[in-house]
Amino acid sequence: MKILVPVKRVVDYNVKVRVKSDGTGVDIANVKMSMNPFDEIAVEEAVRLKEKGVATEIIAVSCGDAKCQETLRTAMAIGADRGILVETTEELQPLAVAKLLKALVDKEQPQLIILGKQAIDDDNNQTGQMLAALADLPQATFASKVEAAGDKVNVTREVDGGLETISLSLPAVITTDLRLNEPRYVTLPNIMKAKKKQLDTFKPADLGVDVKPRLKTLKVSEPPKRGAGIKVPDVATLVDKLKNEAKVI
Amino acid sequence: MTVLVIAEHDHATLKPATLNTVTAGIACQSGDVHVLVAGANAAEAAKAAAQVAGVAKVIVADSPSLAENLAENVAAQVLAIAQNYSHILFPATANGKNVAPRVAAKLDVAQISDITKVDSPDTFERPIYAGNAIAIVQSSDSIKVVTVRTTGFDAAAATGGSAQVESAEGVADSGKSAFVGREVTKSERPELTAAKIIVSGGRALGSAEKFTEVMAPLADKLNAGLGASRAAVDAGYAPNDWQVGQTGKIVAPQLYIACGISGAIQHLAGMKDSKVIVAINKDEEAPIFSVADYGLVADLFVAVPELVKAL
Repeated sequence: MKILVPVKRVVDYNVKVRVKSDGTGVDIANVKMSMNPFDEIAVEEAVRLKEKGVATEIIAVSCGDAKCQETLRTAMAIGADRGILVETTEELQPLAVAKLLKALVDKEQPQLIILGKQAIDDDNNQTGQMLAALADLPQATFASKVEAAGDKVNVTREVDGGLETISLSLPAVITTDLRLNEPRYVTLPNIMKAKKKQLDTFKPADLGVDVKPRLKTLKVSEPPKRGAGIKVPDVATLVDKLKNEAKVI
Repeated sequence: MTVLVIAEHDHATLKPATLNTVTAGIACQSGDVHVLVAGANAAEAAKAAAQVAGVAKVIVADSPSLAENLAENVAAQVLAIAQNYSHILFPATANGKNVAPRVAAKLDVAQISDITKVDSPDTFERPIYAGNAIAIVQSSDSIKVVTVRTTGFDAAAATGGSAQVESAEGVADSGKSAFVGREVTKSERPELTAAKIIVSGGRALGSAEKFTEVMAPLADKLNAGLGASRAAVDAGYAPNDWQVGQTGKIVAPQLYIACGISGAIQHLAGMKDSKVIVAINKDEEAPIFSVADYGLVADLFVAVPELVKAL
């Protein structure tokens, strides 16, 4: 079974971003970039499926500028067999990425596509579902457990109110939630090995996809700040403040 | 043109998230608001939707294929009527987020996620980077497919409306996905996204037993919903659907009491719009204190039981 794993290069989750003073976006110059944490979970899950003998080949894909190669090398250091970069400097929105991935799905014919449920920069939570729709595939979003079962895959999903399990016929799209697995640390020998793995590059035009953004960002601003609060010395004062000042209990 | 709101329901009742989404639908200022109830034996939910103030029409699609909210089937049901609308709004719940992008992609339009404000019929505000920035985005697509962050909009009145109820033919099952089973977290407590008060525990609780032993009495006393930080959920102290944060539940109760939660930006993203925030933490440098209206530097194992007694 071939597995396709799309990965996104994003601002590292530990960085608190700053809004640019001209309101055009957030300042990501000289900021640490990493693989989107949910995508790292996706790569790890694919590698585990390969280690179990379910998967035979893992292809990592990233869409964006040339620096996304680093993200692909990380995916290959975790265990992906080869990488595909769809290179463009255009702003890519989820629908455009889903179309690029659909073109690659047509080309590579994977049985499973595993993606992060959302990217921690634009917080959209769309690409996996859009890809599933465009490729006419069933989807299981927010996965916390994946079990291959012949020509089907059973996926347990984190939903409001608890967990639910659904069964999908293959090929299928899965998006990962936090509890699916804990990604391994990449080792130096694997980083070295990843440098030698195959990495192909396409342009969106090679795949016949128009990536023009559909949404225009008019302005990006700081959220309203909360006023500074106070420290209370003890529980009695806290209860008094909640009752008589905030009047919330 | 007309706005379509996709109802969040359990077939028998309408979930509160629908009410906030109706308010967002009215804010789109694009004519009548219709509600689609896609379910199985969902007449009761449809009846409840017809009573919501501001709703002009309820369309109920009743079919076994819609019993388990499978994304493929629900999306097909929405698409069957999508062309009649200028806006299609889903609550940003697990179900809404699951289905909305599928609908948008099939319509070849962008989807706008987690809006917190409608500026004009084509312009919306939404948080990005875990709420550390707010983007104002404008859509040029003919149909706007949107998910609505329920904390950004007041709930429409659940009664007072008298919408007509119309039936639509239910779609056939896609045959590509099937429901297997469900593990529901049983709780008598208010749902997190609807609770007026939430008490939330972090990794400092140390174990699932301690989490329950310390936090449950406080929740009971305040009739509060119980939440948790990602660290507490990852450690198995609390079930996954209690997680409050950027990628978990986004909540904005009247009162949020964070106990033993340090306050990572991902957690703050899920609760910083609460009206009043209380933080109890023994580390006085914990970032949670930067958003707390009332901070108590104390050991939660002492302070929380004391608080329960004092209430």
